[in-house]
Amino acid sequence: MTPLTAADAAARLREQFAVEPTVDGALVTVPLALEQWQAAARFARATLGCAYFSFLTAVDWKEQGFEVLCRVENLDARVAVFMRTRLAPGADRCPTLTGVWRGADWMERECWDMFGVRFEGHPDHRRILLGEDWEGHPLRKDYAVDTPHAPYR
Amino acid sequence: MPQTLEIGYGGSERLTMNMGPQHPSAHGVFRAILTLEGETVVGVDAVIGYLHRCHEKLGETLTYVQYPSIASKTDYVAAMTAELAYVSAVELVGKIEVPKRAQWLRVLAAELQRVASHCLWLGTWCMDMGGALGGGATVFLYAIREREDILDLFEALTGARLLYGFHQPGGTRYDLPAGWAEQCRKTLDRVERRLDEYEAMLDDNAFFLVRTQGVGIISRELAQEIGVSGPLLRGSGVNHDLRKAAPYSSYEDFQFRVPVETAGDCFARYRVRMVEFRESITIARQVLDGLPEGPISSRPGVKSVGQVRVPKGEGYARVEGARGEVGCYLVADGGPKPYRLKWRGASFSNLSVLPHILPGVKVADVVAIMGSVDPVFGEVDR
Repeated sequence: MTPLTAADAAARLREQFAVEPTVDGALVTVPLALEQWQAAARFARATLGCAYFSFLTAVDWKEQGFEVLCRVENLDARVAVFMRTRLAPGADRCPTLTGVWRGADWMERECWDMFGVRFEGHPDHRRILLGEDWEGHPLRKDYAVDTPHAPYR
Repeated sequence: MPQTLEIGYGGSERLTMNMGPQHPSAHGVFRAILTLEGETVVGVDAVIGYLHRCHEKLGETLTYVQYPSIASKTDYVAAMTAELAYVSAVELVGKIEVPKRAQWLRVLAAELQRVASHCLWLGTWCMDMGGALGGGATVFLYAIREREDILDLFEALTGARLLYGFHQPGGTRYDLPAGWAEQCRKTLDRVERRLDEYEAMLDDNAFFLVRTQGVGIISRELAQEIGVSGPLLRGSGVNHDLRKAAPYSSYEDFQFRVPVETAGDCFARYRVRMVEFRESITIARQVLDGLPEGPISSRPGVKSVGQVRVPKGEGYARVEGARGEVGCYLVADGGPKPYRLKWRGASFSNLSVLPHILPGVKVADVVAIMGSVDPVFGEVDR
């Protein structure tokens, strides 16, 4: 069996999900609709062999809403798949990937903590770095760096 | 998590035990809320965040010139590679060239840092496991002695012993001072000799073997699914080292081996790191032997904090740190500061494997397993 290449992975994703992935070296970047998020993750894991979970995070594009990003890898073929999806402006819900990679557990908790993105179906949806009594989500663009918070009011 | 205390008879009582955050084996500030049945761990709730400074927000508020020296405060035990991850991301997105000499100097700094970091890991881990290992603090004091020698080298090179500010976008800030290379060779020879002494103390030590072999097994599948990296991943049978898999900073110019062990236990991780010690020394010698002439930076020295601007774009750059894949995902908007900076800390992912491997082990093994993971909490909490 010939090893998977980034171009193959992009072609299969295009065929399966009618999306337009871009290929840069060994990296396949694939923009997805939110409804495809979990299905694409399962496809990357099962069909493209992306067993390695690298990271999951978000970007706050202000009035355009959040973008959730997840990078996974097939270490044998040395191909990385970078999945990205946009939440609607003002929306804060995204399906969880914890059922696909257990590594998503802490990363999604961190994303909730920092951005206030809720991962629906996450088994342990708590803050991770900040205390449970913390107000706000610091990496949102509308959270000013000097936002007062006890005990530093 | 259950906060229950069911007192019964016949060894079935469950006890909730708090470990940390100020536990000496926590290597920083880590709290584990363990649920025990007798001496066996049945549940663990890992509490992190005590060192959280929100580096990602800091990164958005500081310029590309200011932040590299702050980046070293994420993984402060291997500050050289943490800085390198950040400046690599800036160079990737900003398409900034790095001269060959600077790339080699970066390799030299990274490999010396790996040796220093592994010294601290070995010493503290053996101390965690206690008196059976030559009086507890013996290996610690030996290993710390070697680490000091390397910190002396860093001090001569950068003026600092822990947080260096050695890297800048486009190259390095300092070149080797006069006489440094000879001092470095002597230190490398000495450390290499003493590695044999450590192994003589540990490899056949019955207490050490009993405490590490078959303890804290991470399967190949779990390792990948969690995303652990570095010696943990290679100790679980996955041959993945970014220096080989995706060479950066001229690593393709050097000859070295990547150790892989298949057992996935604490001993396998120990063996991987002991070989890495020697391979790092080999790479450092190759740098000293063949260091190319030329400039150390493609950019002028720092005149103002806003002088580096990165065009609109994004990218993920990663390096193989002492603890594994340290990466920065950077989104630039054309200004002097990043729009978004994501740190992928190796320790964060490595530590997140604990809730999956601790259930079922004896409580005394928790410290051995945690030490073998080698977390640095500055990098976990960022």
